[in-house]
Amino acid sequence: MEEKPVTDKLVTGADWEPLIVAFFCNWCTYTAADLAGVSRMGYDPNVRVIRVMCSGRVDPQFVLDAFAHGADGVLIGGCHPGDCHYVEGNYKTLRRYHLLRRVLADLGIEPERLRLEWIAASEGEKVAKTINEMVEQVRALGPLRLSRRFREWDAELASLEAEVKRGEEVAAHV
Amino acid sequence: MSEKKNGQVRIGVYICHCGANIADTVDVKAVAEYAATLPGVVIARDYKYMCSDPGQELIQQDIEEHQINRVVVAACSPSLHEHTFRGAAERAGLNPFFVQMVNIREHDSWVHTEREAATVKAKDLVRAAVQRVYFHKPLEKRRVPIHPEVLVVGGGIAGIHAALTVANSGKKVYLVEREATIGGHMAQYDKTFPTLDCAACILTPKMSAVKAHPNIVLWTYSEVVSVDGSVGDYKVVVKRKPRYIREDLCVGCLQCIDACVFKEPKFDDEFNLGLSKRKPIYIPFPQATPKVVVIDPEACIQLRTGKCKRSCLEACVERGAIDFEQKETYEEIHVGSIIIATGFKTFDPRRLPQYGYGRYPNVYTTLEVERLVNASGPTSGQVITRDGRVPKSVGIILCVGSRDENTNRWCSRVCCMTSLKLAHLIKEHTGAEVYIFYIDMRAAGKGYEEFYQRVLNEGVHFVRGRVAEITDWALDPSEEGKLVARVEDTNTGFVRRIPLDMVVLAVGLEPQFDAHEVQRMFGISCSLDGFFLEKHPKLAPAPTYTDGIFIAGLCHGPKDIPDTVMQAGYAAAEAIALADTGYFELEPNTAYVVEEECSGCKSCVPLCPYQAITFKEDKQKAFINEVLCKGCGTCVAACPSGSIRQNLFEDEEIFSEIEGVLAYA
Repeated sequence: MEEKPVTDKLVTGADWEPLIVAFFCNWCTYTAADLAGVSRMGYDPNVRVIRVMCSGRVDPQFVLDAFAHGADGVLIGGCHPGDCHYVEGNYKTLRRYHLLRRVLADLGIEPERLRLEWIAASEGEKVAKTINEMVEQVRALGPLRLSRRFREWDAELASLEAEVKRGEEVAAHV
Repeated sequence: MSEKKNGQVRIGVYICHCGANIADTVDVKAVAEYAATLPGVVIARDYKYMCSDPGQELIQQDIEEHQINRVVVAACSPSLHEHTFRGAAERAGLNPFFVQMVNIREHDSWVHTEREAATVKAKDLVRAAVQRVYFHKPLEKRRVPIHPEVLVVGGGIAGIHAALTVANSGKKVYLVEREATIGGHMAQYDKTFPTLDCAACILTPKMSAVKAHPNIVLWTYSEVVSVDGSVGDYKVVVKRKPRYIREDLCVGCLQCIDACVFKEPKFDDEFNLGLSKRKPIYIPFPQATPKVVVIDPEACIQLRTGKCKRSCLEACVERGAIDFEQKETYEEIHVGSIIIATGFKTFDPRRLPQYGYGRYPNVYTTLEVERLVNASGPTSGQVITRDGRVPKSVGIILCVGSRDENTNRWCSRVCCMTSLKLAHLIKEHTGAEVYIFYIDMRAAGKGYEEFYQRVLNEGVHFVRGRVAEITDWALDPSEEGKLVARVEDTNTGFVRRIPLDMVVLAVGLEPQFDAHEVQRMFGISCSLDGFFLEKHPKLAPAPTYTDGIFIAGLCHGPKDIPDTVMQAGYAAAEAIALADTGYFELEPNTAYVVEEECSGCKSCVPLCPYQAITFKEDKQKAFINEVLCKGCGTCVAACPSGSIRQNLFEDEEIFSEIEGVLAYA
């Protein structure tokens, strides 16, 4: 995969636009997002939706992976409690979500970057509203973009290593 | 990443313009050009309508000529055309599950206006799909057999028509009705618009046909209490409430009613909406089907206290149909599909106190007036007010509980026509001056506008305006002893006071009081208004998102009788088609255990709502029964060792999608 040059201004905030990964369940929220589309309810283009059959399929690793690869926020959408197409998958999601928010805080990631929302198939408007709110919230939090920070840290480490190496070489000469 | 376990991956990417739907907002050419640069992509094209025959042939040709073995179609929602493109792949000899769709219409071009941002988003999504499709595996659809029997829930005109249609095709039907008789709301109506044929005359033959049909098992006074299983095999438990009458023995002679110790009826008659009285032992209405009496346990002295001389028993001594010991029973049935036709309830006008319903005795609802004008109604068809007068002026107020921000926003669709019909009938019965207070008159339907014109010509007064209040406060002698409608006539711009003897509120239609419980029990969804949600508002208005469950009639939304019958017939046709096909193809998105990796921790076992996961003690491994698995993936997400996988939603597929959308982050 070709690499785009890392532009530090994205990390510092200029020109930065929040990027949000959303996991939507097939039956309620993905359908609601389809409805939002059919009804032409505009919303911010900062979200990338990944379809899963049930919000219960959202492995916490997916969320962490999304953050690690540069998402500024992650949104999970499922059916309302009691309405889950798979009876109770959304309750499992809820449990994981609360745990995950604590883990995120421990990792130094603002828990507000992760949001779980119940959106029924008929709630197209809520999809648009939730996404816009999420974008605003993440915009207020500022960039996370761990992917870039990782690259920066890698570069920093590499330069440190090089410096140490140079120092050793100098010492050897002396 | 070209050659790994999946052999040489050759991806074809197809970007649909959808006419202008996508192409106007997304630079489809740029997306296709970009897709062509992605690893593994052999061909990237854009085309005006990918779902058209030439569009599909394009894919087929590429599969055959360019040995494409993965297909990415960026077009509309997979719920619309996934099966179309899978079919195209299959026709060209490629396993259909090597196709991945990208939703750049509903999720992109239709919700964004900035071309650049929408194009970037489309590229991101296409890249994710390209990275994902690389990991796809060939899969087989699962076929489940369809039990040919059908359950119909609700015995109004929708349920009756659906049950008869299915039964006529030779399939067994269970018709479950909560009340003691089938017939529903239609049985309460007097005449039907626009033809004015009497509701009972057209409905009761159908009710008798249900009772007589050899393929229909009719359970009235019964309710569905649980639903398990899925398309093809739903296990349904029906509670049969005790009516304290043995249905098989009662012949409907009604002598027990005459014999009841209550010489006068004194309990509110539900069928006549409390406008008349009945005894504790009663039949809802003369043509009730089945024609079997029922005992109200709240009213019957024997059932309440056990101390009655039980004169009804004596009256029925020969047949012995009365059984005070009757208990509720539960029946378990297996059906392949279910038609839900649970109807509606009318808006309670007490919620709008300005109209005085419940406060002024001469304020009625349309349904009550249906009973008043009915020859077998509480007044034998005479329109007389609660204080015993024949009204000289009657006002009908439209949109009570409809088209109103404060109550219900939707149009209930039938009230305009119902009101026109009642205006005609009231005029016919009493010669009264009739006023209709309306916002807009809606008379769309076959023969409806003509009926409207007819009523206009009969001299009914139409006042355009929402009535502010009904009051009995007389300001001048002409208003003494009358109700007064205060209304701004928006055609003339004047506020008017119209004295009336009788006020009729055209109450809107609402979801049944237990619609949410029913929705949850059957695993379907509701629209925002609380009516049941159809699979597609135009092209699939009877199927639901739950396979094998169909909806018909007013439980889906307000509609008139012809539309109800049409939808019921459509739902029945779907159920028949399903049963005749004999099988249903399920998505192969089941979960499976990779035994070598399973540590036997059992965390997955209690997570499955379908009991599809068992623990094999001999091997100390979890096992997933593919037949029971519905493919939610909850166990997959929970497995700590990652040894549960899900077809179509494999970890690596989703991870590559995540990485794909974030490649430039």
